[in-house]
Amino acid sequence: MPDAVEDIEIQLLLEALFQRYHYDFRHYARASIKRRLVQARAQLGFSSFSSLQDGLLHDPLTLPRLLNYLTVQVSEMFRDPSYFRALREKVIPHLRTYPSLKIWIAGCSNGEELYSLAILFREEGLGERTLFYATDINPDALRAAEAGVYPLDQIRKFTENHQKSGARASLSDYYTADYGRVVFDKSLRDRVVFSDHSLVTDAVFAEMHLISCRNVLIYFDRDLQDRAIGLFRDSLARKGFLGLGSKESLRFSEHATAFCDYVREEKIYQRQEP
Amino acid sequence: MRPQPIRAVAIGASAGAVQALLRILPALPAGYALPVLIVVHVPPDRSNSLVSLFRDKCALRVKEAEDKEVIAGGTIYFAPADYHQLVEGGGSIALSSDEPVNYSRPAIDVLLESAADAYGPALAGIVLTGANHDGATGLRAVADAGGIAIVEDPAEAQVPTMPAAALAACPSARPMALDDILSFLLTLAAT
Repeated sequence: MPDAVEDIEIQLLLEALFQRYHYDFRHYARASIKRRLVQARAQLGFSSFSSLQDGLLHDPLTLPRLLNYLTVQVSEMFRDPSYFRALREKVIPHLRTYPSLKIWIAGCSNGEELYSLAILFREEGLGERTLFYATDINPDALRAAEAGVYPLDQIRKFTENHQKSGARASLSDYYTADYGRVVFDKSLRDRVVFSDHSLVTDAVFAEMHLISCRNVLIYFDRDLQDRAIGLFRDSLARKGFLGLGSKESLRFSEHATAFCDYVREEKIYQRQEP
Repeated sequence: MRPQPIRAVAIGASAGAVQALLRILPALPAGYALPVLIVVHVPPDRSNSLVSLFRDKCALRVKEAEDKEVIAGGTIYFAPADYHQLVEGGGSIALSSDEPVNYSRPAIDVLLESAADAYGPALAGIVLTGANHDGATGLRAVADAGGIAIVEDPAEAQVPTMPAAALAACPSARPMALDDILSFLLTLAAT
């Protein structure tokens, strides 16, 4: 086995992170976690994972810096436009029949997906009756999501994606640009609850009509995926919807039978009658 | 004789990839024992057309790599567009949507580094034609872990930049013409 010592160090580091701070990455897919830890070790200036562990346990400033390597996801607004188009064309008509709606963006990171959905629901005339829950385990990411500020050089891609999603307005209607950045209209988060929530350790907190959790489960091992999917099952209203990332699937989950394919090619599932 | 047999082959290719891979993959015979993991730089918006292209031309099973699937011999795995393809220690595939590496997702470095970690000396890593430097760090990791490192001979590659960069980062890598790489892959599986 190559790097057997490093593998032990990583195991111990993740254990320390859990025991000291209750952040549990022990059941994350190991190859990706290792890549991120290697980056963190280099950029934070530690010579080994053991010395990183020492810093983590004895210097409280190390925790937020490490978390940014372990959790923060680069994303883009309306990533995979066909997913958002499917929501507009196939899911929204069903959601329209409810007097009030609750939507959960699980693992919202810096908020790109949240603003995409907030814009989409407003464009479809459901903004006033929808409450969004945006959750993440990283407090820095939640603050960034709440700020809704993105680099100007990303906006061309965001705009292109938005148009492909079946936009009913121009994306520029929703932001103002200044000094190399764009700031999204704060009215978009009038009906957003930002909250610290872990799919690994926390429980159901509301009954949802749609849960969008894309490219999060891919980082979990099978046991952890099952826990998260069970949580989604228990959080969804009758006939509620679950949207996953394009390379994620319920196929191997022990909870697969609780869902049926709704838009198969976009990984949109519907909660089945028990 | 190497103390340890090769258990997997990992290949990275960029500009000129299709023509180079057409010289190698269709010639691998049915029953070839090793898995072949491949990253080709493809644009993020396009679904991966490499799978259908090579499926029609290869005796081996050709598929897009799926998250958490167990890696099997006699199978060619292409990384999906817009995802990194990694190898887990237990011999399964992991996909990730981590940020691009060398402006690329999928990135060759990510495949080679994780495969070097998982297979150690039992890996053959190959960097083919391309116009960037992706794969150089990864090939070095393959060699450092005791695996076999190969580059397409820059003098013969359609675009020499990428194999030349890999060779510079990993001087112990063997430069080979495509036909020699093919012969080498055939002998690997015979042992």
